[in-house]
Amino acid sequence: MSRALAELGEFTRLVGEAIVSLRRQRPTWSEWIHQLYLIGVKSQSVVITTGAATGMVLCAQTFIQFHKVKMDTATGAVVSVGMCSELGPTLAALMLTARVGASMAAELGTMKVTEQVDALRTLATHPVDYLVVPRFLASLLAAPLLTAEAVLVGILASWLVGVHLLGIDSAYYLANMNKHTDPQDVIVGLIKATYFGGMIAMISCFKGLNCVGGAEGVGRATTEAVVACSITVLVSNFFLTLLLNAIFSH
Amino acid sequence: MEVADVHKRFGPQPVLRGTSFLIQAGEAVVIIGRSGGGKSILLKHLVGLLLPDSGQVRVFEQDLATMGERELLKVRRRFGMLFQMAALFDSLTVYENVGFVLRRERKHTEGEIRRLVAEALEMVDLPGIEHKMPSELSGGMRKRVGLARAIVYRPEIILYDEPTTGLDPIAASVIDALIRRVWRHLHVTSIAVTHDMKSARAISDRVLMLHEGCIYAQGSTAELLESTDPIISDFVNGVDNELAPDKTP
Repeated sequence: MSRALAELGEFTRLVGEAIVSLRRQRPTWSEWIHQLYLIGVKSQSVVITTGAATGMVLCAQTFIQFHKVKMDTATGAVVSVGMCSELGPTLAALMLTARVGASMAAELGTMKVTEQVDALRTLATHPVDYLVVPRFLASLLAAPLLTAEAVLVGILASWLVGVHLLGIDSAYYLANMNKHTDPQDVIVGLIKATYFGGMIAMISCFKGLNCVGGAEGVGRATTEAVVACSITVLVSNFFLTLLLNAIFSH
Repeated sequence: MEVADVHKRFGPQPVLRGTSFLIQAGEAVVIIGRSGGGKSILLKHLVGLLLPDSGQVRVFEQDLATMGERELLKVRRRFGMLFQMAALFDSLTVYENVGFVLRRERKHTEGEIRRLVAEALEMVDLPGIEHKMPSELSGGMRKRVGLARAIVYRPEIILYDEPTTGLDPIAASVIDALIRRVWRHLHVTSIAVTHDMKSARAISDRVLMLHEGCIYAQGSTAELLESTDPIISDFVNGVDNELAPDKTP
C-alpha cells in the first residue's frame, strides 16, 4: 500500500514537472513531429482494423437481438452512439496502450538502464523536456484523431454489414443513425480519447523512467505500463462517462 | 570542487561513509578503488546525478545537494562526462550525438555546429564518421565518440567513469592518450574513476583511493604507486589477501 502511494506521489511529480516544462520550455518540434509520426501514423492500421471489426460485430449482434422485436432499422443508431462515445475511444486507447505504451516504456526503460537518461542530464537536458513532453503532446493529439478514424471506419463497416449482408434498408439505417446520434456523443468520445492519450503517454513514460535493473527490469516496466494503462483506461472510462453526461445534460 | 563528509546509502547498504576531498581547477585526478566500492556512485555525486544523504558537494561555489534538478542543469553545462559504456543515444547518428548540446542550445548555426562536431571528432581521431549510427561502432570508437560529445561544448570539468573498462589493451591506451590530450589542450579539470592502474598512471597527476566508503589515501600518482601501506600496495599490485598463495591451506 505504501509502495503504491509512493508511486502515485512520484507519478504526480512527473506530471507536475511536465506542466512546468510545457510552461517554461520551448517544445522540441522535431522530436514532437517524430513522435506524432510514430504514435499517430504508425498506429493507423491497428486502430482501423479494430474499429472495423468492432463496428461489424456490434452491428451483427445488435441486429440479431433487435430483429426479434422488429427493430432492425435501429441497429445503425446503436452502433453509432456506442462507437462514438464508448467503444471507439476505449478500444482505440487499448490498442494505443498495446502498441505505443509498451514501446514508450521499453524505449525509455532501455535508455534508463544504459545510462542514456543520465547522459541527457549531464548534457544539461531535463529528461522530461526531451523525452516526456514530446511524447505526451503527440499522444494528446494523435489519440482523438485515431479514435475519430476508428469510429468512422467502424460505422462504415457496420453500414456495409447491416445494409449489404443483413438486408437493412439503407435509408432507414442512416436516418435513425443521424436522428439518435447527438454531437454530444462525438464530443464525449473525443474528450475521452484525449484524456486516454495523455494518460497512456504519462504512465508509460513514468514506468520507463523508473525502470531498474537490466533486461528483466525493462520487461517488467513494459508489462507494468501496459497493465496500468489498460486499467486506467477501463476504470476512468466509467467515471468519465458519468462526469461528461452530467456536464452535457445540463 | 570540494566534497565534504558525504554519506550515501542504498537501502541498508552504506556506500559512502563520510567521503571528503578537494580538487583544484586544472588538476588531473584519478579515484581508484575496488569494483563495487562506490567509485561510480561518488562520480555521479560530483555532477549532481545523485545527491548525498548528508554532507556537501561544492562545485563552482555552489552546494549541489541543495539545488533542484533545473538549477543543476545550468551547473552541469560546465561539465562533460564520459560514461562507462559511453551512453550514446541509440536513435541518433554520431553527428546528432556529438552536436546534441549545441543543437539544444540554439546558439549556433547548423554550419557552425557541423564545424565544431568535426573538430571534436578530429580531436578523438575519428574524422568523417558523422553519418554513422552508434550500433555501427566498436566499443573503443563508442567511447571516443562519447568523449567527443563531452568536449564539443568546451566544459570546464570532465568526468570519466571507468574509461578503459571493456577495451583491449591497445584501445585502452588510445583512450588514455586521448584523455591526456584533452586535459592538455583544453585546460580542463580531469576526474576519472578506474580500477585500471595502468590507466591511472597514464592519465593522472594525483590519485585518491576510495576504500570502504572513505578516501583512504591521496597523493601524487608516484607516491601512491610506491606506497608500502598494505591496503594500497595490495590494490596497486592486484593482490587479494583472501586468496594469497601463502594463506591458502
